[in-house]
Amino acid sequence: MTCSASRAAGPRSTDSGEYRVSSIEVVQDRCVGCGLCVSACLYDAIEMVDGLAVINDNCTLCGACVDACKFDAIVLRQAQHDAVSLDEYRGVWVVAEQRNGELNDVSFELLGKGRELADELETELSAVLLGSSIAGMADELIHRGADRVHVVDDPALLNFLDEPYANVVAELITRHKPEIVLTGATVLGRSLIPRVAVQVKTGLTADCTGLAIEDGGRQLLQTRPAFGGNIMATIICPNHRPQMSTVRHKVMSALDADTSRTGEVVDETIDPGLLTSRVEFVEFVKDLTQTVNIADADVIVSGGRGLGGPENFHLIEELAGAIGGAVGASRAAVDAGWIQYSHQVGQTGKTVQPKLYIACGISGAVQHLAGMQSAKVIVAINKDPDAPIFKVATFGIVGDVFEVLPALTRALKGSAAE
Amino acid sequence: MRIVVLIKQVPDTTEVRIDRETNTLIREGVPSIVNPFDMYALEEGLRMREAAGEGTVTVMSMGPPQVEVALREALSLGVDDAVLLSDRAFAGSDTWSTSYTLAAGIRRLGEVDVILCGKQAIDGDTAQVGPGVARLLGIPQVAYVKALTLEGATCTAERMMEDGHDVLRVPLPALFTVVKDINEPRLPSLKGKMKAKKAQITVWGAADLDVDPVELGLDGSPTRVMKIFAPELKAGGVVFEGETSETVPRLVEELLPVLRGETQ
Repeated sequence: MTCSASRAAGPRSTDSGEYRVSSIEVVQDRCVGCGLCVSACLYDAIEMVDGLAVINDNCTLCGACVDACKFDAIVLRQAQHDAVSLDEYRGVWVVAEQRNGELNDVSFELLGKGRELADELETELSAVLLGSSIAGMADELIHRGADRVHVVDDPALLNFLDEPYANVVAELITRHKPEIVLTGATVLGRSLIPRVAVQVKTGLTADCTGLAIEDGGRQLLQTRPAFGGNIMATIICPNHRPQMSTVRHKVMSALDADTSRTGEVVDETIDPGLLTSRVEFVEFVKDLTQTVNIADADVIVSGGRGLGGPENFHLIEELAGAIGGAVGASRAAVDAGWIQYSHQVGQTGKTVQPKLYIACGISGAVQHLAGMQSAKVIVAINKDPDAPIFKVATFGIVGDVFEVLPALTRALKGSAAE
Repeated sequence: MRIVVLIKQVPDTTEVRIDRETNTLIREGVPSIVNPFDMYALEEGLRMREAAGEGTVTVMSMGPPQVEVALREALSLGVDDAVLLSDRAFAGSDTWSTSYTLAAGIRRLGEVDVILCGKQAIDGDTAQVGPGVARLLGIPQVAYVKALTLEGATCTAERMMEDGHDVLRVPLPALFTVVKDINEPRLPSLKGKMKAKKAQITVWGAADLDVDPVELGLDGSPTRVMKIFAPELKAGGVVFEGETSETVPRLVEELLPVLRGETQ
């Protein structure tokens, strides 16, 4: 296992001896008390005591201080355990998401990215498709880039239930040993896949915005935002397989459907014991107030505190109506009860990636930005020229929303009719 | 009825900034708070106890000793007891070993009917620990719950989906992760605060739990953080100032190609 163990060595120099349990230590003779490690620490776990660095219990052994120290005064000892035999795992998988007979676009986007990763690894791209009476959908997945589709078609999988879905995906992973498994960061994906990752005992990285293969290796570099989008982290899964990631909607690009593409459809047999669910599905209740799901919308017009009250939200609705957009809102507007939570954009609401996002009377708190800053074009309308929203805006108008919005609606309505 | 609420102490992410010169987080003066979603889980636990007319609510967290502050906040709301899983051996846990440790802590409590968590923590945003704990305990789970009704030994849960909600009937014991639609968290009472100040918090380390040391902390974590960096800032845009009669036409001129799908 020395081969996998050396692969396991992180990006930084660590003491290469063999340890059962990892640890970190400050070498007192070398520590000059410069404090570089204190500011490098993401967890506030290092303090200076009598001119020497002391590492506290909330240290997570992330090693940021080891990199920051110019005096080699911090030693991280990483225990090295027998890893699973990494070479047995081959192939890139996408867990496709279908509900009520319709495939979610995020599945096509993942196939687009998965195709790229599989080609780079010179391996195959497979999709996993679960549901009831779904066989017809397999071809769609092949047209979007899959070489093979593993289908489990059973009445027990008609509706999404965590237990049978997790059992089936885990069973297929154990059976076929893929090296990478990608899933959409949807409600379904984010419920299902953590259960699977624990079941097959591997790492899972949520909400990746970047996926790449390391130079000259097979390791997946998974980049994601953390701390409300204030920092980006690249995560690896060195000793376990598969490497699993979830990816949000509209982060990756789908390939155009190519109906001439051919592939293999594999009907998988599953032990009926794995298909049972203790949770019983009663019904699905559609949200009728929400005509457009903002997470899917290409154009979103959002309103915030600057609108002053619920009676002014019609200005947002009218602009949205004129340009075929969905209505969004900031947390402030939702918390004030002006509009329903399902419209909230931001860290505690929905993450959106539309082609056009128009923020009206929204100052642009970090949490709001975290939910919309990957929109292609951002327009800000706000009377405060110093509002943070202008820092991420492609175009902005400093002005009164009550004047600007009606004028903009009129102008765009006229133009759309051209 | 025994209810366990899992909470996490997190930095208030509104306050965390990155120093673009040194590429490190600016942590000075950043307050620690109870993960906001966990406040809804705590409230739901208290409401379930009230609806059942009996039972206890236990709050549990894993982390360094200072997490005690978060547990006392939960106690001030009316939670019956608090357990802190704290040990240097837990350091560096990713979501896998965090789930493993919390599951071991819950097992040590004995029989539990309901486990509640916030849908995700605002620092990591992974939403993985709840389902992970449920799997390790071998119990059903429902994530993104926006309504819960207790009916004897089962619960009816409404799971928020992108376009509506699923109604599910769930036998107990089960784990639920909740969204903020579910309730309006209460504020602590003065009496609650006084009680919380004096309350005894149970602290369990690795030796108190039935765990394999190799599965704990960094060693039990399949994932590693390889690097951390500042996100790219969007290039500054064009801001129009002046009379609406001037600014709106200029914006419209820029937006028309976007709306017609003419831009890349």
